[in-house]
Amino acid sequence: MSAQHYSIFALARQALTQHRGWTPAWRNAEPRESYDFIVIGGGGHGLATAYYLAKVFGQKSVAVLEKGWIGGGNAGRNTTIIRSNYLLPGNIPFYEMSLKLWEGLEQDLNYNAMVSQRGILNLFHSDEQRDAHERRGNAMRLHGVDADLLDAAAVRKMAPFLDFENARFPIFGGLLQKRGGTARHDGVVWGFARAASALGVDIIQNCEVTGMVRDAQGRVTAVETNRGRIRAGKIGMAVAGNSSRVAAQADLRLPIESHVLQAFVSEGLKPILPGVITFGAGHFYISQSDKGGLVFGGDLDGYKSYAQRGNLPIVEDVCEEAMALMPMVGRARLLRSWGGIMDMTMDGSPIIDRTPVPGLYFNGGWCYGGFKATPASGLCFAHLLARDEPHPAATAYRLDRFASGHLIDEKGSGAQPNLQ
Amino acid sequence: MIVKCPHCGSRDSGEFHIRGEAAPCRPEYGDGQAAFVEYVYGRSNVAGVQQEHWYHMVGCRSWLTVERDTRTHEIVSVTFTKEVQP
Repeated sequence: MSAQHYSIFALARQALTQHRGWTPAWRNAEPRESYDFIVIGGGGHGLATAYYLAKVFGQKSVAVLEKGWIGGGNAGRNTTIIRSNYLLPGNIPFYEMSLKLWEGLEQDLNYNAMVSQRGILNLFHSDEQRDAHERRGNAMRLHGVDADLLDAAAVRKMAPFLDFENARFPIFGGLLQKRGGTARHDGVVWGFARAASALGVDIIQNCEVTGMVRDAQGRVTAVETNRGRIRAGKIGMAVAGNSSRVAAQADLRLPIESHVLQAFVSEGLKPILPGVITFGAGHFYISQSDKGGLVFGGDLDGYKSYAQRGNLPIVEDVCEEAMALMPMVGRARLLRSWGGIMDMTMDGSPIIDRTPVPGLYFNGGWCYGGFKATPASGLCFAHLLARDEPHPAATAYRLDRFASGHLIDEKGSGAQPNLQ
Repeated sequence: MIVKCPHCGSRDSGEFHIRGEAAPCRPEYGDGQAAFVEYVYGRSNVAGVQQEHWYHMVGCRSWLTVERDTRTHEIVSVTFTKEVQP
Protein backbone atom coordinates (compact mmCIF):
# COMPACT_ATOMS: atom_id res chain seq x y z
CA MET A 1 0.00 0.00 0.00
CA SER A 2 2.82 2.44 0.75
CA ALA A 3 4.07 4.42 -2.24
CA GLN A 4 7.64 4.54 -3.47
CA HIS A 5 9.52 7.38 -1.81
CA TYR A 6 10.62 9.94 -4.38
CA SER A 7 14.14 11.33 -3.91
CA ILE A 8 17.36 11.96 -5.80
CA PHE A 9 18.57 8.51 -4.66
CA ALA A 10 15.41 6.80 -5.95
CA LEU A 11 15.91 8.60 -9.26
CA ALA A 12 19.54 7.50 -9.47
CA ARG A 13 18.61 3.90 -8.59
CA GLN A 14 15.92 3.86 -11.29
CA ALA A 15 18.33 5.36 -13.81
CA LEU A 16 20.57 2.33 -13.34
CA THR A 17 17.68 0.04 -14.38
CA GLN A 18 16.45 2.27 -17.19
CA HIS A 19 13.45 3.48 -15.16
CA ARG A 20 11.66 0.13 -15.41
CA GLY A 21 10.96 -0.07 -11.68
CA TRP A 22 8.53 2.83 -11.17
CA THR A 23 5.11 1.78 -9.92
CA PRO A 24 1.79 3.66 -10.40
CA ALA A 25 1.55 6.72 -8.15
CA TRP A 26 -1.76 5.58 -6.64
CA ARG A 27 -3.99 2.51 -6.53
CA ASN A 28 -6.94 2.52 -8.94
CA ALA A 29 -9.38 1.24 -6.32
CA GLU A 30 -12.63 -0.66 -6.83
CA PRO A 31 -15.58 0.59 -4.75
CA ARG A 32 -16.32 -1.31 -1.54
CA GLU A 33 -19.86 -1.69 -0.16
CA SER A 34 -19.42 0.78 2.63
CA TYR A 35 -17.10 3.49 3.99
CA ASP A 36 -17.05 5.74 7.05
CA PHE A 37 -16.52 8.76 4.80
CA ILE A 38 -17.27 9.37 1.14
CA VAL A 39 -15.95 12.51 -0.53
CA ILE A 40 -17.78 13.24 -3.78
CA GLY A 41 -15.41 14.86 -6.27
CA GLY A 42 -11.80 13.93 -7.00
CA GLY A 43 -10.51 17.42 -7.71
CA GLY A 44 -7.92 19.20 -5.62
CA HIS A 45 -10.33 19.95 -2.77
CA GLY A 46 -11.81 16.44 -2.59
CA LEU A 47 -8.42 14.74 -2.66
CA ALA A 48 -6.99 17.16 -0.10
CA THR A 49 -10.00 16.49 2.14
CA ALA A 50 -9.43 12.72 1.93
CA TYR A 51 -5.70 13.15 2.52
CA TYR A 52 -6.15 15.23 5.67
CA LEU A 53 -8.95 12.93 6.93
CA ALA A 54 -6.42 10.09 6.83
CA LYS A 55 -3.31 12.03 7.85
CA VAL A 56 -4.50 14.47 10.50
CA PHE A 57 -7.67 12.79 11.77
CA GLY A 58 -6.50 9.17 11.46
CA GLN A 59 -9.50 7.92 9.49
CA LYS A 60 -9.02 4.53 7.86
CA SER A 61 -12.18 4.13 5.80
CA VAL A 62 -12.33 6.96 3.25
CA ALA A 63 -13.28 6.95 -0.44
CA VAL A 64 -13.08 9.66 -3.10
CA LEU A 65 -15.59 9.29 -5.95
CA GLU A 66 -14.63 11.01 -9.20
CA LYS A 67 -16.96 11.01 -12.21
CA GLY A 68 -14.10 11.43 -14.69
CA TRP A 69 -10.40 11.05 -14.08
CA ILE A 70 -8.03 12.72 -11.60
CA GLY A 71 -6.96 16.10 -12.99
CA GLY A 72 -9.66 16.20 -15.68
CA GLY A 73 -12.05 18.75 -14.17
CA ASN A 74 -11.44 22.22 -12.78
CA ALA A 75 -8.12 21.00 -11.34
CA GLY A 76 -6.85 21.07 -14.93
CA ARG A 77 -8.57 24.31 -15.92
CA ASN A 78 -7.36 26.96 -13.47
CA THR A 79 -4.56 29.51 -13.80
CA THR A 80 -2.47 28.06 -10.91
CA ILE A 81 -2.09 31.21 -8.80
CA ILE A 82 -1.49 30.99 -5.05
CA ARG A 83 -1.76 34.06 -2.78
CA SER A 84 -3.31 35.34 0.44
CA ASN A 85 -3.78 39.06 -0.30
CA TYR A 86 -7.30 39.34 1.09
CA LEU A 87 -8.99 42.17 2.97
CA LEU A 88 -11.73 40.83 5.23
CA PRO A 89 -11.25 39.13 8.61
CA GLY A 90 -13.23 36.02 7.57
CA ASN A 91 -10.92 35.46 4.62
CA ILE A 92 -7.35 36.47 5.55
CA PRO A 93 -6.65 33.79 8.23
CA PHE A 94 -8.05 31.06 5.99
CA TYR A 95 -6.07 31.99 2.89
CA GLU A 96 -2.92 32.66 4.89
CA MET A 97 -3.21 29.20 6.44
CA SER A 98 -3.54 27.89 2.89
CA LEU A 99 -0.41 29.71 1.73
CA LYS A 100 1.52 28.34 4.72
CA LEU A 101 0.35 24.84 3.82
CA TRP A 102 1.50 25.43 0.23
CA GLU A 103 4.94 26.38 1.55
CA GLY A 104 5.37 22.97 3.18
CA LEU A 105 3.21 20.91 0.85
CA GLU A 106 5.89 19.27 -1.28
CA GLN A 107 7.77 17.94 1.74
CA ASP A 108 4.51 16.83 3.32
CA LEU A 109 3.33 14.98 0.20
CA ASN A 110 6.80 13.92 -1.04
CA TYR A 111 5.74 15.23 -4.44
CA ASN A 112 6.99 18.07 -6.60
CA ALA A 113 4.02 20.42 -7.02
CA MET A 114 6.36 23.07 -8.47
CA VAL A 115 5.33 25.69 -5.91
CA SER A 116 7.10 28.84 -7.04
CA GLN A 117 6.83 31.94 -4.83
CA ARG A 118 7.72 34.49 -7.45
CA GLY A 119 5.34 37.15 -6.11
CA ILE A 120 2.01 38.66 -7.05
CA LEU A 121 1.72 42.34 -7.95
CA ASN A 122 -1.70 44.08 -7.96
CA LEU A 123 -1.38 47.33 -9.91
CA PHE A 124 -3.31 50.50 -9.19
CA HIS A 125 -4.04 53.33 -11.58
CA SER A 126 -5.34 56.27 -9.50
CA ASP A 127 -4.87 57.90 -6.10
CA GLU A 128 -8.14 56.41 -4.85
CA GLN A 129 -7.05 52.94 -5.88
CA ARG A 130 -3.74 53.47 -4.08
CA ASP A 131 -5.68 54.22 -0.88
CA ALA A 132 -7.72 51.04 -1.33
CA HIS A 133 -4.59 48.95 -1.88
CA GLU A 134 -2.86 50.55 1.08
CA ARG A 135 -5.85 49.62 3.23
CA ARG A 136 -5.73 46.05 1.95
CA GLY A 137 -1.97 45.88 2.60
CA ASN A 138 -2.49 47.20 6.14
CA ALA A 139 -5.22 44.63 6.81
CA MET A 140 -2.87 41.89 5.60
CA ARG A 141 -0.01 43.09 7.80
CA LEU A 142 -2.30 43.28 10.84
CA HIS A 143 -2.96 39.57 10.25
CA GLY A 144 0.76 38.83 9.92
CA VAL A 145 0.74 38.50 6.13
CA ASP A 146 3.49 40.08 4.02
CA ALA A 147 2.54 43.06 1.86
CA ASP A 148 4.61 45.82 0.24
CA LEU A 149 3.23 48.98 -1.34
CA LEU A 150 5.35 49.91 -4.36
CA ASP A 151 5.42 53.26 -6.12
CA ALA A 152 5.64 53.57 -9.90
CA ALA A 153 9.46 53.70 -9.88
CA ALA A 154 9.69 50.44 -7.92
CA VAL A 155 7.17 48.76 -10.24
CA ARG A 156 9.15 50.01 -13.24
CA LYS A 157 12.25 48.33 -11.84
CA MET A 158 10.38 45.03 -11.52
CA ALA A 159 8.42 45.13 -14.77
CA PRO A 160 9.81 47.76 -17.17
CA PHE A 161 7.66 46.47 -20.05
CA LEU A 162 4.33 47.74 -18.62
CA ASP A 163 2.56 50.69 -20.28
CA PHE A 164 3.22 53.19 -17.48
CA GLU A 165 2.17 56.25 -19.49
CA ASN A 166 -1.10 54.76 -20.77
CA ALA A 167 -3.34 57.78 -21.45
CA ARG A 168 -6.42 56.30 -19.78
CA PHE A 169 -4.93 53.99 -17.10
CA PRO A 170 -1.42 55.20 -16.11
CA ILE A 171 0.28 52.95 -13.55
CA PHE A 172 0.63 54.63 -10.14
CA GLY A 173 2.16 51.64 -8.33
CA GLY A 174 1.26 48.24 -6.97
CA LEU A 175 0.68 46.10 -3.90
CA LEU A 176 3.19 43.26 -3.86
CA GLN A 177 2.87 40.00 -1.96
CA LYS A 178 6.27 38.36 -2.38
CA ARG A 179 5.14 35.01 -0.97
CA GLY A 180 2.42 34.66 -3.62
CA GLY A 181 3.15 32.84 -6.86
CA THR A 182 2.13 29.76 -8.79
CA ALA A 183 2.05 25.97 -8.42
CA ARG A 184 1.60 23.22 -10.97
CA HIS A 185 -2.11 22.28 -10.97
CA ASP A 186 -1.66 18.67 -12.16
CA GLY A 187 1.16 18.12 -9.71
CA VAL A 188 -1.11 19.20 -6.85
CA VAL A 189 -3.89 16.68 -7.56
CA TRP A 190 -1.44 13.90 -8.42
CA GLY A 191 0.50 14.60 -5.23
CA PHE A 192 -2.62 14.58 -3.03
CA ALA A 193 -3.96 11.45 -4.77
CA ARG A 194 -0.68 9.59 -4.29
CA ALA A 195 -0.28 10.63 -0.65
CA ALA A 196 -3.94 9.87 0.18
CA SER A 197 -3.79 6.48 -1.53
CA ALA A 198 -0.65 5.58 0.44
CA LEU A 199 -2.62 6.26 3.65
CA GLY A 200 -5.36 3.84 2.58
CA VAL A 201 -7.84 6.17 0.85
CA ASP A 202 -9.72 4.52 -2.04
CA ILE A 203 -9.61 6.75 -5.12
CA ILE A 204 -12.39 5.58 -7.43
CA GLN A 205 -12.38 7.11 -10.89
CA ASN A 206 -15.15 6.94 -13.51
CA CYS A 207 -17.66 6.75 -10.68
CA GLU A 208 -20.45 9.34 -11.00
CA VAL A 209 -22.90 9.91 -8.17
CA THR A 210 -26.41 9.71 -9.64
CA GLY A 211 -28.56 9.84 -6.52
CA MET A 212 -28.65 9.95 -2.72
CA VAL A 213 -30.29 7.32 -0.54
CA ARG A 214 -32.07 8.66 2.57
CA ASP A 215 -33.60 6.89 5.53
CA ALA A 216 -36.93 7.62 7.22
CA GLN A 217 -35.42 10.51 9.24
CA GLY A 218 -34.08 12.11 6.06
CA ARG A 219 -30.47 11.22 6.78
CA VAL A 220 -28.29 10.45 3.77
CA THR A 221 -27.00 6.90 4.22
CA ALA A 222 -25.62 6.00 0.80
CA VAL A 223 -25.01 7.25 -2.71
CA GLU A 224 -26.18 5.67 -5.94
CA THR A 225 -23.44 5.63 -8.57
CA ASN A 226 -22.95 4.25 -12.04
CA ARG A 227 -20.92 1.53 -10.29
CA GLY A 228 -23.57 0.62 -7.74
CA ARG A 229 -24.77 1.74 -4.32
CA ILE A 230 -22.11 2.73 -1.77
CA ARG A 231 -23.05 3.21 1.89
CA ALA A 232 -21.34 5.84 4.04
CA GLY A 233 -21.41 7.24 7.56
CA LYS A 234 -20.83 10.78 6.35
CA ILE A 235 -20.83 12.20 2.84
CA GLY A 236 -18.93 15.32 1.83
CA MET A 237 -19.52 17.18 -1.44
CA ALA A 238 -16.50 18.85 -3.06
CA VAL A 239 -17.84 19.29 -6.57
CA ALA A 240 -17.50 23.03 -7.20
CA GLY A 241 -18.90 23.88 -10.62
CA ASN A 242 -21.58 21.22 -10.28
CA SER A 243 -22.65 21.83 -6.65
CA SER A 244 -26.26 22.67 -7.48
CA ARG A 245 -26.67 19.50 -9.59
CA VAL A 246 -25.36 17.20 -6.84
CA ALA A 247 -27.19 19.08 -4.06
CA ALA A 248 -30.46 18.74 -6.01
CA GLN A 249 -30.14 14.97 -5.53
CA ALA A 250 -30.70 15.63 -1.82
CA ASP A 251 -33.46 18.22 -2.56
CA LEU A 252 -31.19 21.14 -1.61
CA ARG A 253 -31.21 24.53 -3.30
CA LEU A 254 -28.00 26.55 -2.99
CA PRO A 255 -27.20 30.27 -3.25
CA ILE A 256 -24.99 29.46 -6.24
CA GLU A 257 -24.96 30.05 -9.99
CA SER A 258 -22.60 28.12 -12.30
CA HIS A 259 -20.72 30.43 -14.64
CA VAL A 260 -18.04 29.90 -17.27
CA LEU A 261 -14.61 31.50 -16.78
CA GLN A 262 -12.19 31.45 -19.69
CA ALA A 263 -8.40 31.20 -19.53
CA PHE A 264 -5.71 31.49 -22.16
CA VAL A 265 -2.12 30.45 -22.77
CA SER A 266 0.32 31.81 -25.34
CA GLU A 267 3.15 30.03 -27.14
CA GLY A 268 6.26 29.41 -25.04
CA LEU A 269 8.47 32.47 -24.60
CA LYS A 270 11.74 33.15 -22.81
CA PRO A 271 11.32 34.27 -19.18
CA ILE A 272 9.87 37.80 -19.27
CA LEU A 273 7.37 38.10 -16.40
CA PRO A 274 8.84 38.39 -12.89
CA GLY A 275 5.69 36.92 -11.28
CA VAL A 276 1.92 37.27 -11.35
CA ILE A 277 0.71 40.71 -12.44
CA THR A 278 -2.88 41.94 -12.23
CA PHE A 279 -4.43 44.95 -13.98
CA GLY A 280 -6.29 47.24 -11.59
CA ALA A 281 -8.43 49.07 -14.14
CA GLY A 282 -10.28 46.00 -15.34
CA HIS A 283 -10.15 42.34 -14.46
CA PHE A 284 -7.04 40.79 -15.96
CA TYR A 285 -4.22 38.69 -14.53
CA ILE A 286 -1.17 37.16 -16.16
CA SER A 287 1.73 34.93 -15.18
CA GLN A 288 4.30 32.83 -17.00
CA SER A 289 4.42 29.06 -16.67
CA ASP A 290 7.68 27.20 -16.23
CA LYS A 291 7.32 26.05 -19.85
CA GLY A 292 7.29 29.71 -20.90
CA GLY A 293 3.65 30.17 -21.90
CA LEU A 294 1.90 33.32 -20.74
CA VAL A 295 -1.13 32.17 -18.74
CA PHE A 296 -3.85 34.79 -18.43
CA GLY A 297 -7.54 35.41 -17.93
CA GLY A 298 -10.17 37.97 -17.05
CA ASP A 299 -13.87 38.23 -16.31
CA LEU A 300 -16.66 35.69 -16.37
CA ASP A 301 -18.69 35.49 -19.57
CA GLY A 302 -21.68 36.63 -17.54
CA TYR A 303 -24.30 33.98 -18.27
CA LYS A 304 -24.91 30.68 -16.57
CA SER A 305 -23.23 27.74 -18.20
CA TYR A 306 -22.20 24.15 -17.70
CA ALA A 307 -20.61 23.98 -21.17
CA GLN A 308 -16.92 24.41 -20.20
CA ARG A 309 -16.40 26.79 -23.11
CA GLY A 310 -16.93 30.51 -23.50
CA ASN A 311 -17.73 33.00 -26.23
CA LEU A 312 -15.83 35.60 -28.23
CA PRO A 313 -16.83 38.89 -26.49
CA ILE A 314 -14.71 37.90 -23.47
CA VAL A 315 -11.79 36.83 -25.68
CA GLU A 316 -11.82 40.32 -27.19
CA ASP A 317 -12.19 41.96 -23.77
CA VAL A 318 -9.28 40.01 -22.21
CA CYS A 319 -6.98 40.70 -25.19
CA GLU A 320 -7.80 44.41 -25.04
CA GLU A 321 -6.87 44.48 -21.36
CA ALA A 322 -3.61 42.65 -22.09
CA MET A 323 -2.73 45.25 -24.71
CA ALA A 324 -3.62 48.13 -22.36
CA LEU A 325 -1.34 46.71 -19.67
CA MET A 326 1.63 45.34 -21.61
CA PRO A 327 1.62 46.10 -25.34
CA MET A 328 4.58 43.75 -25.86
CA VAL A 329 2.28 40.71 -25.72
CA GLY A 330 0.64 41.80 -28.98
CA ARG A 331 3.14 39.81 -31.04
CA ALA A 332 2.79 36.59 -29.05
CA ARG A 333 0.55 33.94 -30.55
CA LEU A 334 -2.28 32.39 -28.57
CA LEU A 335 -1.84 28.67 -28.14
CA ARG A 336 -5.04 27.60 -26.40
CA SER A 337 -8.10 28.94 -24.65
CA TRP A 338 -10.54 26.99 -22.52
CA GLY A 339 -13.37 27.43 -20.06
CA GLY A 340 -14.01 26.10 -16.58
CA ILE A 341 -17.26 26.14 -14.60
CA MET A 342 -17.26 28.24 -11.43
CA ASP A 343 -19.59 27.95 -8.45
CA MET A 344 -20.44 31.64 -8.05
CA THR A 345 -21.94 32.39 -4.63
CA MET A 346 -23.97 35.52 -4.09
CA ASP A 347 -21.25 37.25 -2.02
CA GLY A 348 -18.17 35.91 -3.81
CA SER A 349 -16.93 33.79 -0.88
CA PRO A 350 -16.92 30.02 -0.39
CA ILE A 351 -19.02 27.71 1.81
CA ILE A 352 -17.66 24.92 4.05
CA ASP A 353 -20.49 23.79 6.29
CA ARG A 354 -23.02 21.18 7.32
CA THR A 355 -26.21 21.13 5.26
CA PRO A 356 -29.81 20.91 6.52
CA VAL A 357 -29.69 17.26 5.38
CA PRO A 358 -28.20 15.06 8.15
CA GLY A 359 -25.09 13.17 7.07
CA LEU A 360 -24.40 15.50 4.14
CA TYR A 361 -21.64 18.12 4.26
CA PHE A 362 -20.88 20.82 1.73
CA ASN A 363 -17.68 22.36 0.38
CA GLY A 364 -18.13 24.65 -2.62
CA GLY A 365 -18.87 28.11 -3.92
CA TRP A 366 -15.22 28.78 -4.63
CA CYS A 367 -15.97 31.40 -7.30
CA TYR A 368 -12.73 32.16 -9.17
CA GLY A 369 -10.52 31.41 -6.19
CA GLY A 370 -10.53 27.68 -5.55
CA PHE A 371 -7.04 26.67 -6.58
CA LYS A 372 -5.10 28.71 -4.02
CA ALA A 373 -7.44 27.42 -1.30
CA THR A 374 -6.88 23.72 -2.07
CA PRO A 375 -4.84 22.64 1.00
CA ALA A 376 -6.73 24.77 3.55
CA SER A 377 -10.08 23.80 2.05
CA GLY A 378 -9.13 20.13 2.40
CA LEU A 379 -7.93 20.55 5.98
CA CYS A 380 -11.00 22.55 7.08
CA PHE A 381 -13.45 20.20 5.36
CA ALA A 382 -11.72 17.16 6.87
CA HIS A 383 -11.98 18.85 10.28
CA LEU A 384 -15.70 19.45 9.76
CA LEU A 385 -16.31 15.88 8.59
CA ALA A 386 -14.26 14.22 11.32
CA ARG A 387 -15.27 16.36 14.31
CA ASP A 388 -18.62 17.78 13.22
CA GLU A 389 -17.50 21.31 14.03
CA PRO A 390 -15.91 23.95 11.80
CA HIS A 391 -12.15 24.49 11.72
CA PRO A 392 -11.28 27.78 13.51
CA ALA A 393 -10.01 29.28 10.22
CA ALA A 394 -13.26 28.58 8.35
CA THR A 395 -15.97 29.60 10.83
CA ALA A 396 -17.21 32.40 8.57
CA TYR A 397 -17.95 30.14 5.58
CA ARG A 398 -21.43 29.20 6.73
CA LEU A 399 -24.24 28.17 4.44
CA ASP A 400 -26.81 30.16 6.43
CA ARG A 401 -24.89 33.46 6.28
CA PHE A 402 -27.11 34.62 3.42
CA ALA A 403 -30.17 34.38 5.66
CA SER A 404 -28.44 35.86 8.72
CA GLY A 405 -26.83 38.72 6.81
CA HIS A 406 -23.20 37.87 7.66
CA LEU A 407 -22.01 38.08 4.05
CA ILE A 408 -18.30 38.15 3.18
CA ASP A 409 -18.39 40.53 0.24
CA GLU A 410 -14.65 40.68 -0.41
CA LYS A 411 -14.98 42.06 -3.92
CA GLY A 412 -18.68 42.15 -4.66
CA SER A 413 -18.33 40.65 -8.12
CA GLY A 414 -19.84 37.60 -9.73
CA ALA A 415 -23.40 36.43 -9.57
CA GLN A 416 -25.96 39.06 -8.70
CA PRO A 417 -28.51 38.46 -5.98
CA ASN A 418 -32.01 39.72 -6.77
CA LEU A 419 -31.68 42.90 -4.75
CA GLN A 420 -33.27 45.36 -7.16
CA MET B 1 -23.96 33.28 -29.00
CA ILE B 2 -26.32 34.91 -31.50
CA VAL B 3 -29.63 36.04 -30.04
CA LYS B 4 -32.58 36.48 -32.35
CA CYS B 5 -34.26 39.57 -30.87
CA PRO B 6 -37.91 39.64 -31.99
CA HIS B 7 -37.58 43.38 -32.68
CA CYS B 8 -34.01 43.79 -34.04
CA GLY B 9 -33.24 40.39 -35.57
CA SER B 10 -30.08 38.32 -35.02
CA ARG B 11 -27.62 40.14 -32.76
CA ASP B 12 -24.38 39.31 -30.94
CA SER B 13 -24.77 38.34 -27.27
CA GLY B 14 -22.39 41.19 -26.34
CA GLU B 15 -25.24 43.65 -26.97
CA PHE B 16 -27.27 42.24 -24.08
CA HIS B 17 -27.29 42.50 -20.31
CA ILE B 18 -28.15 39.13 -18.76
CA ARG B 19 -30.13 39.29 -15.54
CA GLY B 20 -30.36 35.55 -14.85
CA GLU B 21 -33.15 33.10 -14.08
CA ALA B 22 -36.61 34.28 -15.07
CA ALA B 23 -38.29 32.16 -12.42
CA PRO B 24 -37.86 34.15 -9.17
CA CYS B 25 -40.90 36.25 -8.31
CA ARG B 26 -40.78 38.83 -5.54
CA PRO B 27 -42.74 37.54 -2.52
CA GLU B 28 -45.55 39.52 -0.93
CA TYR B 29 -44.76 41.69 2.10
CA GLY B 30 -46.19 39.24 4.64
CA ASP B 31 -44.60 36.09 3.24
CA GLY B 32 -41.83 36.03 5.85
CA GLN B 33 -38.05 36.07 5.86
CA ALA B 34 -37.50 32.58 4.46
CA ALA B 35 -39.42 33.47 1.30
CA PHE B 36 -37.35 36.61 0.80
CA VAL B 37 -34.03 34.80 1.41
CA GLU B 38 -35.09 32.22 -1.16
CA TYR B 39 -36.06 34.95 -3.64
CA VAL B 40 -32.88 37.00 -3.20
CA TYR B 41 -30.29 34.20 -2.94
CA GLY B 42 -31.81 30.84 -3.92
CA ARG B 43 -31.15 29.52 -7.41
CA SER B 44 -32.29 26.43 -9.31
CA ASN B 45 -29.10 26.58 -11.41
CA VAL B 46 -30.33 23.80 -13.69
CA ALA B 47 -28.11 21.99 -16.16
CA GLY B 48 -30.46 22.05 -19.13
CA VAL B 49 -33.03 24.34 -20.69
CA GLN B 50 -34.02 27.31 -18.53
CA GLN B 51 -35.74 30.66 -18.98
CA GLU B 52 -33.66 33.80 -18.46
CA HIS B 53 -34.24 37.53 -18.61
CA TRP B 54 -32.04 39.33 -21.14
CA TYR B 55 -32.09 43.11 -21.69
CA HIS B 56 -31.22 44.35 -25.18
CA MET B 57 -29.01 47.08 -23.78
CA VAL B 58 -27.54 48.57 -26.98
CA GLY B 59 -30.50 47.67 -29.21
CA CYS B 60 -34.23 48.14 -28.75
CA ARG B 61 -33.96 48.18 -24.91
CA SER B 62 -36.58 45.48 -24.59
CA TRP B 63 -36.62 42.90 -21.83
CA LEU B 64 -36.58 39.47 -23.44
CA THR B 65 -37.30 36.02 -22.06
CA VAL B 66 -34.68 33.71 -23.53
CA GLU B 67 -34.99 29.94 -23.31
CA ARG B 68 -31.44 28.57 -23.37
CA ASP B 69 -29.69 25.26 -22.72
CA THR B 70 -26.95 25.86 -20.13
CA ARG B 71 -25.12 22.69 -21.23
CA THR B 72 -24.71 23.70 -24.89
CA HIS B 73 -25.53 27.47 -25.04
CA GLU B 74 -28.20 26.64 -27.63
CA ILE B 75 -30.98 29.23 -27.65
CA VAL B 76 -34.37 27.57 -27.99
CA SER B 77 -36.66 30.60 -28.12
CA VAL B 78 -36.69 34.38 -27.60
CA THR B 79 -39.86 36.30 -26.74
CA PHE B 80 -40.72 39.72 -25.32
CA THR B 81 -41.00 39.36 -21.53
CA LYS B 82 -44.12 41.53 -21.50
CA GLU B 83 -45.83 38.89 -23.63
CA VAL B 84 -44.76 36.02 -21.31
CA GLN B 85 -45.27 37.84 -17.99
CA PRO B 86 -47.70 40.73 -18.73
